[in-house]
Amino acid sequence: MAVTTILKAINEALDQAMEKDESVVVYGEDVGFEGGVFRATAGLQKKYGEQRVFDTPIAEAAIVGSAIGMSINGLKPVVEMQFSGFSLPGYNQIVTHAARFRNRSRGKYHLPMVIRMPYGGGVKALEHHSESLESLYAHIPGLKLVIPSTPYDAKGLTMAAINDPDPVIIMEPKRIYRAFKQDIPDEPYEVEIGKARMVKEGNDITIVAWGALVREVEKAMKNLDVDAEIIDLRTIAPMDTETIIESVKKTGRVLVVHEAYKSFGPGSEIISRINEEAFFYLEAAPRRLAGFDVTVPLPKGENHFIIKPKQIAYEVKKLMAEKA
Amino acid sequence: MLFEEFDPLQGKRLQILDRKGKIVNDKLLPKIKKATLLKMYKTMVLGRVADEKALQFQRQGRMLTYAPNHGQEAAQLGSIAAMDDNDWLVLAFRELNAMLYKGVTLEQSFLYWLGNEWGSRYDDDVKVLPINVPIGSQISHAAGLSYASKLKGSGEVSIVYIGDGGTSHGEFHEGLNFAATYDLPVIVIIQNNQYAISTPREKVINSKTLAQKAVSYGIPGIQVDGNDPLAMYLATETARKRAAKGDGPTLIEAVTYRMGPHTTSDNPKLYRDDKEVESWAERDPMIRFKQYLIDKKYLTEKKDKALKENAKKNVLSTFKKVEKSGEVDLKDIFKYTYEKMTPELENQMRYYQNFLDKEGEE
Repeated sequence: MAVTTILKAINEALDQAMEKDESVVVYGEDVGFEGGVFRATAGLQKKYGEQRVFDTPIAEAAIVGSAIGMSINGLKPVVEMQFSGFSLPGYNQIVTHAARFRNRSRGKYHLPMVIRMPYGGGVKALEHHSESLESLYAHIPGLKLVIPSTPYDAKGLTMAAINDPDPVIIMEPKRIYRAFKQDIPDEPYEVEIGKARMVKEGNDITIVAWGALVREVEKAMKNLDVDAEIIDLRTIAPMDTETIIESVKKTGRVLVVHEAYKSFGPGSEIISRINEEAFFYLEAAPRRLAGFDVTVPLPKGENHFIIKPKQIAYEVKKLMAEKA
Repeated sequence: MLFEEFDPLQGKRLQILDRKGKIVNDKLLPKIKKATLLKMYKTMVLGRVADEKALQFQRQGRMLTYAPNHGQEAAQLGSIAAMDDNDWLVLAFRELNAMLYKGVTLEQSFLYWLGNEWGSRYDDDVKVLPINVPIGSQISHAAGLSYASKLKGSGEVSIVYIGDGGTSHGEFHEGLNFAATYDLPVIVIIQNNQYAISTPREKVINSKTLAQKAVSYGIPGIQVDGNDPLAMYLATETARKRAAKGDGPTLIEAVTYRMGPHTTSDNPKLYRDDKEVESWAERDPMIRFKQYLIDKKYLTEKKDKALKENAKKNVLSTFKKVEKSGEVDLKDIFKYTYEKMTPELENQMRYYQNFLDKEGEE
């Protein structure tokens, strides 16, 4: 066991995957020599050489497109989009190609590729550095989308993504890259894709969150006299509907918290599923606490956009006061 | 040497066989085995007949949209014939002849154009990626295939086709720059057929040639008479040697012409005049290739006729067979999205199956 951050845990996962499997290659903008702008890939080029860990042109479409070709020809590429807000030039490749190759070739080709991208706000960044674009990816058939919120899950989900036979996108909550440490196993391990994490069991209300907001939910609930069941969704697609439904059937109340824009966001999908499968168990209307439908404000105004523990507590109190 | 001699910036264009099938550049004549030449020609005949019939079938309402190749056969066959069996073929969508040459079956191709995914499920040993509909996005796939072959030391080279329209796309630049940066064994063939649907190449591309775009990637580019199979062969063979040596990609512009419509939904009479089309009909790759083979005594008029008859029979029987199959298994629609169906996909399939069981199809 070693005490480590999310960032280090990702680095460890990449390192161990490369060590174990020669077909794993890691690349992207500034990923090689420098080890990435956040240092997620630090030390890898030195250890595994410039063929397997390399810097690319600023060309997200070619980064993703080449990963498709590599996957077909026997490699397991792990590519980095420097920020999720800059993944969009690669979006064409991800959606029109990566997501579809298995289906359109009726299984002849499949793509064991991973696309990592730091995402989310709260780091006082420039424009295009703070987006939460889960919906853009979770909406597309053929893609998987995972978001770790702890060092343990960061390592386990990264390893699972690398070993997955289909394209997996990892959105990494950069706000908590180095925010806290956790004891995690030294040896390689996987966290199953498609399974949520029960952060805390409870009976009064179900709170679903992921990424950096899981901790904010925990903070909010500390001083509140409510027995909340907190679920870290962990995989956005394919979603662990069962865990959510079971929980809501027990608590009758649900709050979904995410930084992604509210309209057409993941919360809408989660609540639809609850309505379809647990409607008659509900004691209050399901609620979303989500990013406003505005362009993420620049640092001076960002605080109004970022979801705060106090805001979460406010929503929980309102929901608890409601009676069916 | 070849690429220096035929510098596109100097207005040079490689030609070996003229439009009548006479050798105009004897010293550059590539050595091609008889069997290879005959395979090329046989494929050209099959491709041409398949094309003509596909258009007829479409007019009869038996085929969906189809993108014809008529006129562009040599650009495809001259290049693909210079590749090894072990190499990869990455397509745009107007490369029927290259596909057939590389082992995609006519049956699969028809199945695809009839709207069935199984038409892109080529045989296991056929190293061809499915047709690529989003314009310009396929060069990086070839670069990735080649990155892997370079890393593994497998010696595979990728050949990738794109149209003149595709060169306007941002991904054309990204793909070529990527391939050139890592000296990847990639050959990019631009089938310059003069039109992006209705838009003439001159109207939307300012550079004098497409081949000269290679200069900015630090790789060779060559403009070739794309209706000359021997010139296409030589340019590709030379590019392949370069790629195999580790010297990186080559850009080959095949100057050709699309004799038919962009697809069956297009009416080219709206945007080009008959005279222009007629002038290109004289440059038909089949005329000169056939003459060359007859002059070499590899082919006779009688043999040629028999080839065409056989191709017709083959095309008709294949199409009839494909037309009869093509029933889609509901499970197939769902089960290839991921390696394992997700719980939600299982739900959705079950829901629809229940609906069908209860209510029946429309």
